[in-house]
Amino acid sequence: MARTAKTRHKVLMTAAAWLSGLLIFFPILWMLLTSFKTELRAVSTPPSFLLFHWTLENYASVLQRSAYLHYALNSVITAGGSTLIALLLGVPAAWSMAFSATARTRSILLWMLSTKMMPPVAVLVPIYLIYRDLGLLDSKAGLVLILCLGNLPLAIWMLFSYFKEIPKDILEAARVDGAGVGRELIHVLLPMALPGLASTSLLSLILAWNESFWTLNLSTSSAAPLTTFIASYSSPEGLFWAKLSAASTLAIAPILVLGWLSQRQLVRGLTFGAVK
Amino acid sequence: MGRITLQDVHKSFGPVDIIKGAALDVADGSFVAFVGPSGCGKTTLLRLIAGLEDVTSGRILIDGVDVTGVPPARRGLSMVFQSYALYPHMSVRGNIGFALKMAGLPKAEISRKVEAAAGTLNLTPFLDRKPRELSGGQRQRVAIGRAIVRHPKAFLFDEPLSNLDAALRVQMRLEISRLQRQLGTTAVYVTHDQVEAMTMADTIVVLNAGKIEQCGSPLALYTTPCNVFVAGFIGSPRMNFISGEAAGKYGAATIGVRPEHLRVARNGDGWPGVIMAAEHLGSDTLLYVNAGAAGTLTARSVGELQLGAGDRVSLAPESAHIHRFDEFGRALRV
Repeated sequence: MARTAKTRHKVLMTAAAWLSGLLIFFPILWMLLTSFKTELRAVSTPPSFLLFHWTLENYASVLQRSAYLHYALNSVITAGGSTLIALLLGVPAAWSMAFSATARTRSILLWMLSTKMMPPVAVLVPIYLIYRDLGLLDSKAGLVLILCLGNLPLAIWMLFSYFKEIPKDILEAARVDGAGVGRELIHVLLPMALPGLASTSLLSLILAWNESFWTLNLSTSSAAPLTTFIASYSSPEGLFWAKLSAASTLAIAPILVLGWLSQRQLVRGLTFGAVK
Repeated sequence: MGRITLQDVHKSFGPVDIIKGAALDVADGSFVAFVGPSGCGKTTLLRLIAGLEDVTSGRILIDGVDVTGVPPARRGLSMVFQSYALYPHMSVRGNIGFALKMAGLPKAEISRKVEAAAGTLNLTPFLDRKPRELSGGQRQRVAIGRAIVRHPKAFLFDEPLSNLDAALRVQMRLEISRLQRQLGTTAVYVTHDQVEAMTMADTIVVLNAGKIEQCGSPLALYTTPCNVFVAGFIGSPRMNFISGEAAGKYGAATIGVRPEHLRVARNGDGWPGVIMAAEHLGSDTLLYVNAGAAGTLTARSVGELQLGAGDRVSLAPESAHIHRFDEFGRALRV
């Protein structure tokens, strides 16, 4: 009896997990399907799910109309650059807080996290004015800076959690073995924290890639990443759902593939410390 | 060379004094054990020597050179940690050779030295394995290999055997002693296990509440402890202490008699009592006796005694082995 109840529970839980997964994935699936419809079919009611005339004309039109590669390259530079700088700043910060903690370390960590609790729109005007005065508007450097600052608290928190898991004895052994701070970091800490570094980099990259508030407000053309590319399909002349879907698919495809390939690392990174 | 000198070393963590003025001279090539109860500061003292903690005041000298402010990397010491602290991402070869790599030795020389160290410790077949693929004893050997490969001025051991089972502990104890004698390198060994200290060390340093209580050879500490604390700490089972009238007869505030120095008889002179519990170990018999005004006493007799709980006995101290202490717990010499 107990066995049957256990099996039933397992089946129900699996079904619930699939249902939740499909519900979450449905908007992306719908976007993907719409990108292969004509503009007319995309807005027709009742909507057709699979039985429609599949076309690649939206992709052709989007690629012809806009410089996709220009936007994609900007996304790679801004997301990649901001992630790299966040790691370069985050590793020593997390290292010092994890292994040389002071009475105020906890408060500093909470303060860092608290910056993520503030709605970005609250500081839009001052940041916009600062960027304008510094000539950073619509510049890749400006976007790298703001995306990096946005992701830095998260990167430090994640790295801190990983570093805390590394026994202090091992670093001390390296010190006694003749390694200075730099070599201790390069030869011992970083190789041991590689899974943590990978998941932190991936998450930072994904968040920076998908960030739209700052990228839309601080860039227009030369530094504009893929988020601007998508937004350009929402025009005063109306919404072109099929083209917008094709553009969105093209924008999220690289990061979706990357996320898919590295899902194990990502899940480990996101659930780190949740269970022992 | 590996002479370590501590000159009035103090260490505080915030307002808490952990080491309260340690002065010690560890001779070159000697094996010194730090013993004491948990929290007495023995590991802190070792970490101060290693340079993993900064001294609050005082000086640490290695071969006469002041290393108080010198980082651990430049003190020329090796340390074996309680947790082994092996680098999990490196093979046994990488672990043993790490210090040599940090010292910038050529690859061929590192390889030669690593293989020699691995040979000494029977680790050659495991050189390409990762620490997670080794047993506890093998990991301990790797940690020792890492320490010996660079021919340090001194080995520092921080309770290195506490994670091993009893049988392996005895085996490793013998191996460490043999290796230290063979290499002739100074060793400072922290342990809470006094048997380890008594069997391995030339000199034992007994610590209590951040202070060095006594320093001497194992036998000197056993036969002439300087105070009640050392007398109680060294020796297993611990020394019996008797105060009051019985001690007064010997001109002391407290007298101490080791369990092996109490003669047990069914009827005879000494303190009469009733056995509360008896432990028959085959080689020895341990008796826990309620001896009235003298308190609860432990007696140890060689061989098997046909006595059990509830039996009445008398316990007579061997007069040559009575330790006398004043009201402050200090030993009274004749």
